[in-house]
Amino acid sequence: MEEIKKSAEDSILNAGSIKDLEDIRVKYMGKKGEITSLMKNMGSLSNEEKPAYGQAINNLKDHVNTLLDNKKSELNTIELNARLQDETLDVTLPPYETFEGSIHPVTQTIEEIISIFGEMGFTVAEGPNIEDDWHNFTALNIPEYHPARQEHDTFYLPADENDQRFVLRTHTSPVQIRTMETQKPPFRVICPGRTYRSDSDATHTPMFHQVEMIVVEENVNFAHLKGCIIEFCRKFFGVDDLPVRFRPSFFPFTEPSAEVDIGCSKKDGALKIGGGDDWLEILGSGMIHPNVLKNAGLDPEKYQGFALGMGIERIAMLKYGIADLRTFYDSDLRWLRHYGFKALQQPNLLRGE
Amino acid sequence: MKFTLNWLKEHLETNATLEEISYKLTMLGLEVEGIENPAQMYKDYIIGEIRSANKHPDADKLQLLSVFDGEKEHQVVCGAPNARAGLKGVFGREGVYVPGGDFKLKKGKIRGVESCGMMMSERELCISDEHDGIIEFSSDNEFAIVGNNPVKALGLDDAVIEIAITPNRGDCCGVRYIARDLASAGLGTLKPLKTISYDGTGFQSPIKTALNLKDDNSTHSKLLIGAYIKDVANKQSPEWLQKRLKAIGLRPISALVDITNYFTFDLCRPLHTYDADKIQGNILQIRMASENESFTGVADDKDYTLSQDTLVVADNNQALAIAGVMGGKDSGINEQTKNVFLEVAVFNPVTVALAGRKYNIQSDSRFRFERGIDEQASLEYAKHAVQMILNICGGEASALEIATSQSTYDETFKVPPMAFNPKKVKSLTSINIALKEQKIYLERVGCIVDDSQDIWQVIRPSWRYDIYTQACLVEEILRLHGYDKVEILELPKNDYLPKQVTTSEQERRFRLTRSLASHGLQEAVTFSFLSEKEAKLFGGNNPNLILSNPISEDLKVMRPTLIPNLVSALSRNLAKGLNGGALFEVGPQFQGVKPEDQPVVVGGVRAGVSLNRSWNHTGRQADVFDVKADVYKALESINAPVANLQTITETPTYYHPTRSGALVLGRNTLAYFGELHPAVLKDMGFKGRMVAFEIFLDKIPVAKNKGTSKPYLDIPQLQSLKRDFAFVVDKNIQAEKLLRAVKGADKKLITDVTLFDIYEGTGLEDNQKSLGLTISIQPLSKTLTNEEIENISQKVIAQAEKTCNAFLRV
Repeated sequence: MEEIKKSAEDSILNAGSIKDLEDIRVKYMGKKGEITSLMKNMGSLSNEEKPAYGQAINNLKDHVNTLLDNKKSELNTIELNARLQDETLDVTLPPYETFEGSIHPVTQTIEEIISIFGEMGFTVAEGPNIEDDWHNFTALNIPEYHPARQEHDTFYLPADENDQRFVLRTHTSPVQIRTMETQKPPFRVICPGRTYRSDSDATHTPMFHQVEMIVVEENVNFAHLKGCIIEFCRKFFGVDDLPVRFRPSFFPFTEPSAEVDIGCSKKDGALKIGGGDDWLEILGSGMIHPNVLKNAGLDPEKYQGFALGMGIERIAMLKYGIADLRTFYDSDLRWLRHYGFKALQQPNLLRGE
Repeated sequence: MKFTLNWLKEHLETNATLEEISYKLTMLGLEVEGIENPAQMYKDYIIGEIRSANKHPDADKLQLLSVFDGEKEHQVVCGAPNARAGLKGVFGREGVYVPGGDFKLKKGKIRGVESCGMMMSERELCISDEHDGIIEFSSDNEFAIVGNNPVKALGLDDAVIEIAITPNRGDCCGVRYIARDLASAGLGTLKPLKTISYDGTGFQSPIKTALNLKDDNSTHSKLLIGAYIKDVANKQSPEWLQKRLKAIGLRPISALVDITNYFTFDLCRPLHTYDADKIQGNILQIRMASENESFTGVADDKDYTLSQDTLVVADNNQALAIAGVMGGKDSGINEQTKNVFLEVAVFNPVTVALAGRKYNIQSDSRFRFERGIDEQASLEYAKHAVQMILNICGGEASALEIATSQSTYDETFKVPPMAFNPKKVKSLTSINIALKEQKIYLERVGCIVDDSQDIWQVIRPSWRYDIYTQACLVEEILRLHGYDKVEILELPKNDYLPKQVTTSEQERRFRLTRSLASHGLQEAVTFSFLSEKEAKLFGGNNPNLILSNPISEDLKVMRPTLIPNLVSALSRNLAKGLNGGALFEVGPQFQGVKPEDQPVVVGGVRAGVSLNRSWNHTGRQADVFDVKADVYKALESINAPVANLQTITETPTYYHPTRSGALVLGRNTLAYFGELHPAVLKDMGFKGRMVAFEIFLDKIPVAKNKGTSKPYLDIPQLQSLKRDFAFVVDKNIQAEKLLRAVKGADKKLITDVTLFDIYEGTGLEDNQKSLGLTISIQPLSKTLTNEEIENISQKVIAQAEKTCNAFLRV
């Protein structure tokens, strides 16, 4: 028995591979293995000797099994290490190409505006780019020969068979009228979209974007207009104490009307929003003119409301430090990547979620 | 509108500073656009006197001056030909800013000689273009005192203020009315007009005035006042008047012209003066032009052919002026004019606007008439105009000839009262202003207020046409009270507010946009218009979509699709060497002018490298299946029923006829994708291949809102299995047809079919191809027996044969 034990120990110690080890296991521990076969000797022993002999064999079995297991684990480790060495990769190789596009600053800004006004209870409305004369001008209290019309630099389209004249909308304000015509007050609506004016220089492009905001409710007044606009400006520019100034102005479709400035500083050519001793004009607003309510079929004695109109590129330029308006429409890939936004960088569009 | 501070102070008694006035103007709605203040600009300059002038030792054209600044002498090298001893001019010492050259003066050496300062020319000070020599003050200039600031001696001691005129404040095209607005806001008091001796009486004018307008035309004019002034001398106007006109950018011409210009800007009262000796007959009348009446303008020397809806001022013979727009050449005044006839008239703003537009004439007179002038003040201003002519040109004035549309002057310009409920102030602005205070504000603006009843009766000032509703009166009260006094209120949270900010259509559009951006495409915004040629290439033929007044030929027609502008944009990038671009846009395309013909669609283009060559593969150019993937990615992002889509090969003509497809759902085309037609690309100046896609959002059904809870998912417990098939089919058979057929072979158990191989060539006939498919089978309630699996295979083979004539490749 001792001989077998010694021989098994030597074999296991010298085994060079998992396969050798398996052969060794079969040789000693298999059905006909040397250690298994020792059991056959049991018959020739007395009853007194049997327990001790059996115990010895079992001890030997356990001993050899343990040796086998240990060796196996040792050999596994050696083999794995060899394989790992064999599998060496140059991990400094560049990764596989992935593709990430970008969102245009105009879209991003529109979504930001929607999300801020969304929190205040507004919904989004839209209207056509080609408008009729009524919605773009007349209904908005801009009569045909009023000087206010000349200031619009309107693009005209041919009149139709009924002599109806069409224009490219010069502002998003016609959506006010369309909203009032189709929805019953009370409502709070914002209308972002493309607008057009026949003007092209360093600070004007023939197409640009505006957003219109309109509230029609029974008890809203100029104080709410101020609150609403101040909240928007502070949230949009992310400046909690942003100074916001309201001063009289004129828009045919509001009365009283207010131009809105935000505080800024212009030091050494660098513009900083907030604080400072300078003002930047950013939007026009006012209480909806009674004639506009009337034109849209609402009773000005019952309802009142307020509205604002704002250039989207302008506030995007201010917020994101974009210097040149014309670059918005160049579609230069480098510009789009630089000034654009990640697809997942989305302002929250849903209230309460 | 420009004016000077001193000019304003002629009408306004005030101690306010320029800064205070400027701030107040802006806060009254008369936004200050700019202030030129020479006193500020030239504050560091002084008047210097050249004590001696000697030749520069090393330069022929230079002199060495010794300039005395009142304290000491400075050596100055100067090249001005008029520099000489005794000359007094403007001296800039070291360190002053030179506006004409945009630099700071530094001590320096010129041709080896030190020069400390500079004698300035007008151009160097930005006063004029004059640069032939340095400024020299005449000996009788009382302000030319050595050592003093030169602003007064230069005659520039007046700040020029420019304000923006909103269309409602035509009155503020006159300095007096600006002063009036400031006074009403408490910034001083309005001075009365100067007392004058001319009272409208005098000798009988040999020329009478008449309104010759009948029936419908009678609304075109309310008033024509005339005055005959004989024996005038139309010389140069006095210096104060010239200076004032120059300060606001007008060129002085002659006394009579300058006087009319002055009234235009001072009192917003356009006038016209005729050479009385050139008026034919004895009457000046306002009438409609006769059809094709000819007229030559005095300001532009152009011939006009008038139509009969144009209002003119005429003598017995011909039109002498287009009413309110421009005077005529034939009756114009000049230096020889001896007798002058002054016209002070009132024209309907719309009439003037129409004429100005029709004949495309811009004038200061038109600008004021179409915004509305202070009609009621015409008589008073007429007298002042006559007086000013007499003061400057001498002569003798006739009695005024007055023709009005109503029986009396007062009746003609009577403003009817309007009702005003003072509670409107509170309801529109939330601010409590005492009734007494409200009344004071209105009166300060110039209103006449009757507050004897709860509902007031208010007569607006004659110069404020923009006040015509109660809201307008509220604005006036608020404007004087101060917008900053209105409290700040949050919008109330109301129950009716809808939960969703965007409609489902809008929300999914934003989602799709971000999905494409996450798929490697850059969002672009391109113009909604393009050239006629490009529109035609892309099927845009609707004449109603061509702009009547395009800004350029390139931006003339409303785009029929988004593709051409994206093609141009991507070509520009490729031309800059920016390869591998993928652009998309979400925006309107135009089929017609009705709202429903302007759907918002999605377009995208790719060209050049799609997958860059890399260490692990050879790379790939953008092709049809890139854009097909874009479309699927986009459609999946908005939960469109992509599994039910069919690909057909009918696409618009701008696509490659055999390399493009349309995705249809029933009768609706949801999208196009494919290569663009090489001929179309060539016409657009692009060489090479470009692929494009279009998605028609309005054709995609909006997924029904079934609440937030998703349907129960029964996850199969059994393992799915896969089987491969290689089918031989005719080359013309489209893959999608075979895939559909196979998938339909057992709708319960076959969950997926994928195409893993296409083979043509050896072993197959020329007109054959082999398609390798993998089907996934998902057992539901029990493991499938071999027999059952074989059964499914047989169904697949049978279905493939039936629909596509396919057989198994062996």
